[in-house]
Amino acid sequence: MSTTRRQFLKIAGLAAFGLGTSSALDAAEAVAKDMPGAKYDVGGKHLAAKRWAMVIDTRKLESREDYDRIIHACHSVHNVPSIPTKQEIKWIWTDKYDRVFTDDMSQHLSPAVREKDYLLLCNHCENPPCVRVCPTKATFKRADGIVVMDYHRCIGCRFCMAGCPYGARSFNFGDPRPYLKDVNPAFPTRMRGVVEKCTFCSERLEVGLLPACVEASNGAILFGDLDDPNSPVRKALAENFSIRRKPSIGTQPGVYYIV
Amino acid sequence: MIEKVLKGSPAFYIWLLFLGSIAGLGVFAYIFQLQYGLTITGMSRDVSWGLYISQFTYFVGVAASAVMLVLPAYFHHYKKFKKMIILGEFMAISAVLMCMLFIVTDMGQPQRMLNVILHPTPNSIMFYDMMVLMGYLFINALVGWVTLEAERHDVDPPKWIKFFIYLSVVWAFSIHTVTAFLYAGLPGRHYWLTAIMAARFLSSAFASGPAILLLLVMALRRLTGFDPGREAIQTLTKIITYAMAINVFFFLLEVFTAFYSGMPGHQHPLTFLFVGHDGHASWVVGWMWTAAVLAILSLCLLIPPQFRDNERVLPWALGILVIASWIDKGLGLLIGGFTPNPFETVTEYAPTFPEILVTVGVYAIGLMVLSVLWKIALDVKKEAGTF
Ligand code: SF4
Ligand code: SF4
Ligand code: SF4
Repeated sequence: MSTTRRQFLKIAGLAAFGLGTSSALDAAEAVAKDMPGAKYDVGGKHLAAKRWAMVIDTRKLESREDYDRIIHACHSVHNVPSIPTKQEIKWIWTDKYDRVFTDDMSQHLSPAVREKDYLLLCNHCENPPCVRVCPTKATFKRADGIVVMDYHRCIGCRFCMAGCPYGARSFNFGDPRPYLKDVNPAFPTRMRGVVEKCTFCSERLEVGLLPACVEASNGAILFGDLDDPNSPVRKALAENFSIRRKPSIGTQPGVYYIV
Repeated sequence: MIEKVLKGSPAFYIWLLFLGSIAGLGVFAYIFQLQYGLTITGMSRDVSWGLYISQFTYFVGVAASAVMLVLPAYFHHYKKFKKMIILGEFMAISAVLMCMLFIVTDMGQPQRMLNVILHPTPNSIMFYDMMVLMGYLFINALVGWVTLEAERHDVDPPKWIKFFIYLSVVWAFSIHTVTAFLYAGLPGRHYWLTAIMAARFLSSAFASGPAILLLLVMALRRLTGFDPGREAIQTLTKIITYAMAINVFFFLLEVFTAFYSGMPGHQHPLTFLFVGHDGHASWVVGWMWTAAVLAILSLCLLIPPQFRDNERVLPWALGILVIASWIDKGLGLLIGGFTPNPFETVTEYAPTFPEILVTVGVYAIGLMVLSVLWKIALDVKKEAGTF
């Protein structure tokens, strides 16, 4: 967004140089102020981090209601449809231990751990294969580590879905809108033919809110800056034993699990 | 030379009309897909690529296989192939066109196709794939046309075309290597994450592509009397035999690594394809065994010279080989890559009727293009007396 503005000012600067007057620059500044993105406010309430990460304290999540509340929180603010087929769409969901942590860490896990449900979502990998393979940069990694998507650029080739080792992505095989009961007007609905996934609530961070799932988790999910030793996530990781999904493939997931 | 298309026998036009109506059915199914989206296919969240991408992969191989004629003819001055070479080049053109159509039919937002060029992304293999495919189409069209034009005027082709001919050899290897890299660089897809993928692709392409070409040329000989020469057929068959033997060998290498190492991730796709996963046998199991048996059978018919040089046996051997390689690459490769899924469970995939219709429609379009191009080539050859 700010690039267009900067480019505009650069061109205007050159023009001003040619004209030999500074008033042209002032005028340009005035015009640029009204350009889209000009009011983009990086200060204010906006939450910033060097590397956003999430820690899920699975010990604090017990009942089906806990999970459903969290999943519903995400899916309702993000207009994620519930499609009852194999062509479903999900941003955050649950599964059993051996499906989440497929590396099979221990053959004799305590039954409590093995039988439990675990939340799954996009890991916002440090080294994300989905970004590497996308032919249009529709999936990209931001400077703060969040992997996001541009639904308007995505060509629906689904290379990113083949690339994601975590099954975190969903494709809109058909029009998702008929499957939405209540639409949250503050968040875009998607169209047929594009891929989507968890955004780490980048749109909420922008206005100073923590992710919806974090808010709904009653403290079971922590969110913060992995590069800041005083952040809640770093503190939790320092004090507890934690694991990540498929650590051997080098993607460096940004979602940690305390088990 | 285009005008040659306008003067054909009624049978030729009936053939085109027949293909055209099949293509029409495909287009109809595709419009249906445009209307409702890819939801009309059998693909799912877990098996997110299907028949379209696998056919794309298969036909990149067919396109690349023209090099098996070009290389001996120009690098080793094997004159016997000269007569057939144009047919190989034209087959490559129609195969590349089919590849492009398969890519487009697979896209969720085909009207945004140009984003790949508008936002070039050099870290994506798909970007290179698009580049090399378009390059290969251009090179083959140029070489095919210029050499045919020279043949028509009974002169030697211009010197500069040599450069493009040599380039086409390197390029052919590149298109299939890049296509293999689409798969071979994905962490977490065990069946694809193997260094031998490109080599396997090339060997299966150099077996199946020339086999398809020979089958079509034999049909052509029946229909038009065009004779590529007995020795040319025998040499090409030898090439096919070596390529197929290497292809089977490479596959067995995969089996060894997976099972001797005992690593579950590497074993699971193979077990899924041949016996099923966790007691869950899918419909592909039967197909994969068919492929395995046919692959061995084709080698049994191709390796002994008395069978290989027998022109009554040869078409059967080639046909069997094509079916085996098609199941392996056009079906098993994709399904094995996606199952078991990232959660180590099985999500079944089977193409739906509309999906098959679209696929067959693309085949028909490819065959139409091929028929027209081959007719031009044969008419020119007739005039020039090189028939
Ligand atoms: S989990 Fe998958 S979708 Fe998310 S960043 Fe990693 S590779 Fe990409
Ligand atoms: S489906 Fe969209 S986001 Fe995924 S790789 Fe293709 S263009 Fe990129
Ligand atoms: S971080 Fe936001 S988008 Fe991601 S799962 Fe949680 S609520 Fe959903």
